[in-house]
Amino acid sequence: MKTPDAPRTTGTFPVKRGLAEMLKGGVIMDVVTAEHAKVAEDAGAVAVMALERVPADIRRDGGVARMSDPEMIEGIQAAVTIPVMAKARIGHFVEAQILQSLGVDYIDESEVLTPADEAHHIDKFAFTVPFVCGATNLGEALRRISEGACMIRSKGEAGTGNIVEAVRHLRAIVGDIRKLGQADSAELFGWAKQLQAPLPLVQEIAETGWLPVPLFCAGGIATPADAALAMQLGAEAVFVGSGIFKSADPSPRAKAIVEATTHFRDADILAKVSRGLGAPMTGIGMDELDQHYADRGW
Amino acid sequence: MGTPAGSPAGSTADAVGVLALQGAFHAHELILRRLGVLARQVRTPDDLAAVTALVMPGGESTTMSRLLGTSGLFAPLTERIAAGLPVFGTCAGMILLATEVLDGRPDQRSFAALPITVRRNGFGRQIDSFETDLAVSGLDRPFHGVFIRAPRIVEVAPEVEVLAQYDGEAVLVRHGRVMAASFHPELGGDTRVHATFLRTFLDPIPQEN
Repeated sequence: MKTPDAPRTTGTFPVKRGLAEMLKGGVIMDVVTAEHAKVAEDAGAVAVMALERVPADIRRDGGVARMSDPEMIEGIQAAVTIPVMAKARIGHFVEAQILQSLGVDYIDESEVLTPADEAHHIDKFAFTVPFVCGATNLGEALRRISEGACMIRSKGEAGTGNIVEAVRHLRAIVGDIRKLGQADSAELFGWAKQLQAPLPLVQEIAETGWLPVPLFCAGGIATPADAALAMQLGAEAVFVGSGIFKSADPSPRAKAIVEATTHFRDADILAKVSRGLGAPMTGIGMDELDQHYADRGW
Repeated sequence: MGTPAGSPAGSTADAVGVLALQGAFHAHELILRRLGVLARQVRTPDDLAAVTALVMPGGESTTMSRLLGTSGLFAPLTERIAAGLPVFGTCAGMILLATEVLDGRPDQRSFAALPITVRRNGFGRQIDSFETDLAVSGLDRPFHGVFIRAPRIVEVAPEVEVLAQYDGEAVLVRHGRVMAASFHPELGGDTRVHATFLRTFLDPIPQEN
């Protein structure tokens, strides 16, 4: 009865996209220490993003923000059993090669770090590890998918604790997906030109009514209500950066955001989990910002 | 459909639930719908009371374990499974059903409904995730299996039926009305493994593929 097993293939689109599928309905939390990572896992995070400074601190400190120290990433990998993600600079394919060598589970080619290339993003097909990329609109999302991204997230405005930009980006992406569904086949050529995106991807979305990869929300989530808002607008999971560990009491807030992401349409549960969480991060208004990270990426 | 055991007295519902606390629940719903089955998301005890079978999707088992507690689903679901509710767990769902979990968290909840031992992330990290063809008992053609940071079944009690193996280890098992896979039959659009699950408790279902 024993026949040889079929060979296994790694790094394919279904395998890369598959992990994004498993993260749906979950919260991915930014952590800077192994201790933070444990708090995140205890609270029910589906994954952690290992980085040296949360975006709010990158904003405050200024200077060049780069990939984290491998030692710090390995410390976090050793501390938790859930997937560990890490950030590479836009276009910095060597940082990505190093992160793959460390065995991180997902790479975020992120506008929060200082871009390394002002014209090109990383060729993500060249990697076994999957990539997530930020987008502010549908055209940007489709360009990233055409480069091999297997998950798209809104950029929002990281480190501000202000949800307004993430809402703008989600509405832009989901709104244009809806409009593509109404377009006739001739109009899709015009759409591809306007979006500066490959025609086959535009046609696929018109046909299926959704992106070929999951759409998550990032940038500015600070409360359980923010997470539920992103989910009701069409996000399939959320990233929380500074919003947890820059708040007065991280652990209860992290747990509440996890519950709010699961029960995002149930206002009674949202009311219950929003009680008594202490002060959220203070946050920044968009007119107070001197640097908009969302403008990075092309 | 008949009236499967495990459904609450007086229930007229004939829906298959998909545990929707976190994970790949939407992909399971799409497969069930293609098989002509009414699929319903389950997040609360009320949702659970309205279904006659349950699929537990892949995702993070530590996250689901926590949310099973906060949502109040753990106790009623344990009772329903003991009363014969048909359950199909994939990946993290399989971990929740196993009697023994290695490399889990000490506080991780389990329904202990399937006498197998599983090792979390037993196939490694995401860069080791893979796809391959599997020979599955009862299917005439290979089933394409996608393994994502997959748990490994390291021990199977003699009474458990092994429906598929890879590298000499079980990857699809069944015991009574509980079935579990270490791979993801919901990814890829092939309905045959779900059809096998439904056949264990439903009248003949529409054939596909």
